[in-house]
Amino acid sequence: MASTAIASPTSQIAVSRRTSYTRAFAGLFVRDLRVLGREIGPFLIRVAMNPLLFLFIFTYVMPHMSGGAALNPTAKMAAGSGGFGTVLLPGLMAVAIMFSGIAAVALPLAQEFGITREIDDRVMCPLPVEAVAIEKIVFSAMQSIIAACAVFPLAYYIPTPHVAAHVTSWPFLIAVMLLASLLAGALGLTIGTAVSPKQIGLIFGVVVMPITFLGCVYYPWAALGPIKWLQIGVCINPIVYMSEGLRAALTPSTGHMPQWLILTMLTFFLCLLTWLGLKGFRRRVIG
Amino acid sequence: MSETIVEISGLRKVYAAKTPVTAVDGIDLSVASGELFGLLGPNGAGKTTTISIATTRALPTAGTVCIAGIDVVAQPAIARRSIGVVPQYNTLDRSCTVSENIYFHCLFFGMSRAEARARTAQLLEQFRLSDRAEAYPQALSGGLAQRLQIARAIAHRPKVLFLDEPSAGLDPQSRIAMWEAVRGLRAEGITVVLTTHYMEEADELCDRLAIIDHGKILVQDTPAALKASVGGDKIYELRLRNGDATGQLQTRLLATSGVNSVDTIDGGLRVLAKAQDGVLASVVTTANDFGLRDVTTTEPSLETVFIRLTGRDLRE
Repeated sequence: MASTAIASPTSQIAVSRRTSYTRAFAGLFVRDLRVLGREIGPFLIRVAMNPLLFLFIFTYVMPHMSGGAALNPTAKMAAGSGGFGTVLLPGLMAVAIMFSGIAAVALPLAQEFGITREIDDRVMCPLPVEAVAIEKIVFSAMQSIIAACAVFPLAYYIPTPHVAAHVTSWPFLIAVMLLASLLAGALGLTIGTAVSPKQIGLIFGVVVMPITFLGCVYYPWAALGPIKWLQIGVCINPIVYMSEGLRAALTPSTGHMPQWLILTMLTFFLCLLTWLGLKGFRRRVIG
Repeated sequence: MSETIVEISGLRKVYAAKTPVTAVDGIDLSVASGELFGLLGPNGAGKTTTISIATTRALPTAGTVCIAGIDVVAQPAIARRSIGVVPQYNTLDRSCTVSENIYFHCLFFGMSRAEARARTAQLLEQFRLSDRAEAYPQALSGGLAQRLQIARAIAHRPKVLFLDEPSAGLDPQSRIAMWEAVRGLRAEGITVVLTTHYMEEADELCDRLAIIDHGKILVQDTPAALKASVGGDKIYELRLRNGDATGQLQTRLLATSGVNSVDTIDGGLRVLAKAQDGVLASVVTTANDFGLRDVTTTEPSLETVFIRLTGRDLRE
């Protein structure tokens, strides 16, 4: 019979546990790559649209308006350090990273838990259910890095007053990118497992908008000095450390938090959100 | 005696709530290798919960389940290598084509790309899905989607395949095609455990079955032995003009020789009686005085067994 003729030569029982886990994890990653590859166009449009419009209006249109500088709230603040574009470059990259985490993990998870129940099949893979969730974080991190890299040229070339960017420490930049991208995936996992599928639409209003606007995306953290309560309050927002981290790595001429603090806080939030997300994931998939 | 492949003992599952719900209440059963085993019971009997625990997707409150000797609670990831599952609802990957659904499943279970491709081609052929290989699951009919789910579930050559209500929502023709596919699996040596609330399905497919109600196994045996256990009983359903005033008739019928039990149903009574000459006549004569309008008789079936055990029929 055909089925016995092609019987697997590597007896599945003999395959060691680690090999089995690694192969399952790799399999999940390959599957996600295939699906992303098919949707690369829409993916890039989604990633580019927000920064493109933002940059066009605030760093191209407004500076060209007569009296545009007066309309631009942060023009004065940014005047000394290469224009508003310099403030926006790391901020918009942070938004792209964060948003990829939501779009790659939270939104699909809400669908899988609610409508399709595809997740019930995915957790039947021969590896611990936590590893299925970790794969989602890792794959989302890869998308975040692609998104950040796609935003960089836009944020660098579009602004009229040229952006003052230079990398002082590559290892620091890489560390920030990796931590921020994984953190975004963990945030997506936490949101996707904590929110009921019916309420996922609310996420944009209730979570994404506040953490973006209060995430030191459009202004450096140091500039919040005059509003002390807010400057302290935003410290519970993980996006602050993504923006500040990229600011410190790419546009150090703008004031930024100390590097050690940024790395510590990114690690702290990565651990916290991964723990919360895995706990939520387990609760949702195992009855 | 062939080896035991599924061993469930003392299984209990209580869902915590204001008033805790006991879905599974002390189930013990064992399924031998190569067997086609059925869990027959009405909706809400605890069949799906039992399957969910056995397939590592729910944790038991008490008791153990071993699949091929591996405890599914202690080592879920290892146990899954021996398990294939087709749940009640469609869990196909909507972002992938029919063939990719099988191909990636093979990769998840550690096959090389070449092996996965060969296995995919073979299963598409076996389940007659080759001409839909590049379609997306959304475009498949219920019957085809079900076949694809079965093909995917056995792609990694599990020892046991769990099918939860496999014919729910299928048209009669697709159901027969599904039955054929399931029988084909037995020919390959895969043990199959299925749940159903269709007695014809249990009767038609299963080597052995357990009748389950309120989280407990009432009886387990081969379909033939179960039917024989009701001793050639027949069911007479009596429709009465005044369906509610049946108390006196019930007492009189119970006194009739050959009658085993009498239960009230909507609009009349259900009489479980020995299939011997004269019983039907005396039942009808007795009931006639109480405004008998109609009688239906049913041959012994698994349904008779269920009614005998619970006093209810499967659809209630």
